[in-house]
Parts: sequence; structure tokens; C-alpha cells
Amino acid sequence: MPVRLVFLGRLQDLAGASERMVEAAPGGTVAALLDRLEPELAAALRSPKVRIAVAGALGGLDRLVSDGDEVAFLPPVSGG
Amino acid sequence: MIDVRLLDGLLEPAAEAARFARAHRQAGGIASFVGQVRAECGTDAVLELELSHYPPLTLPGMEALAEAAVARWPIFGLLMLHRTGSLGPGEPIVLVAAAARHRRDAFAAADFAMDHLKSEAWFWKRERIAAGWRWIEPRAEDHADKARWVISPQV
Repeated sequence: MPVRLVFLGRLQDLAGASERMVEAAPGGTVAALLDRLEPELAAALRSPKVRIAVAGALGGLDRLVSDGDEVAFLPPVSGG
Repeated sequence: MIDVRLLDGLLEPAAEAARFARAHRQAGGIASFVGQVRAECGTDAVLELELSHYPPLTLPGMEALAEAAVARWPIFGLLMLHRTGSLGPGEPIVLVAAAARHRRDAFAAADFAMDHLKSEAWFWKRERIAAGWRWIEPRAEDHADKARWVISPQV
């Protein structure tokens, strides 16, 4: 199933784009999605400082990803 | 009245503040703060600032912050406007205003809102200097400013 990944802030430089579509196995977690990415990018996204939002709700690496979900990776904010 | 908005175009603080004041004629005082894009960072001139956000979280987070301010102080209204997109040096980036019966509540609510916007709101900034773009990292001061508002447990 297709899942949209969104990279905020400096993570978009690491990923090479602000968004990316990936193919994910149904019933998988965010952690399983990361295993499909380049190791350097996956390591950056696993940082405890990076927050994760699945379908607009903050969660962790163990969050399940459903068909059509958007998974966003949010580095520390620069402040308003 | 809570008025929280993200603006992709020009933020006009004077016109917005006047409109807010007209909507709160019962208030004894209105405190407002305008943040502007700094013209320099260290020795580098800032040519442009780009503000990105994440729509599913940014505005809902700001609305929750406004509601927390209204719940904490006796204020009639809170205005919280924030720019997104590309801005030039000196351009207004944020406007916060609080209307209250007495000035201290207005000052405190606006101060609280700004400290939390700076440390918690879902915005990412990068600035363009002569050498190119660079991301703006969080500052320890922003978190220290927010910590001022933690209510100490009763002993």
C-alpha cells in the first residue's frame, strides 16, 4: 500500500525532497517503514529528537500505518 | 474571542490591532507584541527568511495554546497571527494581542502566548544569507522562557 512521507525542516535536505511516496506492507509500523529507506536517512529519522505524526496525530515508531496515511517527521522547531 | 490565523501573505499589525481593539471595547487594556524578521544574524546580513509549517498540526496547536491562555487569565480575547512563506528583513512575522479588564492579565497572557509560540509551535525557519540557505536551530533560551510558566506544585 502507498504511504506518503513528509519531511519537515532540515530533514527535507537529508531526504532530498519534502515528500516521498513509499510502498509499505499492510499492518506495518513506522519503524518498519524506516527500514525501507537509505540507512543514513533512516538513522536521522530515528533520532529521539524527531517527532512523528501519523495521519495528523503525534505518535512513536511503534505506531501502525494504514492505507492512505501520511507519516510526517518533525525535527525540533525553530520557534514561532 | 479567540482569533488565530496563519497568513501566507502580508501581516498588517496596525490594521489587525485596530480591528481587535474595536471588537473589545469593554477591555480596560490591550497588550500586543509584534515580532519582525531580524536584519542580521551575527555578522551576516539576512536576505530572506522562509517559514514552513505542517498544516495538520500547526494551526490546531496554536488554537490549543490560545485556549490555554484564555483558561489561565481573565481575558476577553486573544489574537494570534503568524506568517508563513517567504519574508524580508523587517517584515512582521507574528502578532499577539490580549484584551483584558486590567493590564497585568493582558501583559501576562500575551507574554505566555509568545513564549509558547517560540518554543512549541510547529514552525521551521531557514534564512538566506550571502553564502546560501541555513536552517535556524532551536535556542536554549526559548525553552527557558517557556519554563517560566510552569506552575509549581503546592507544598
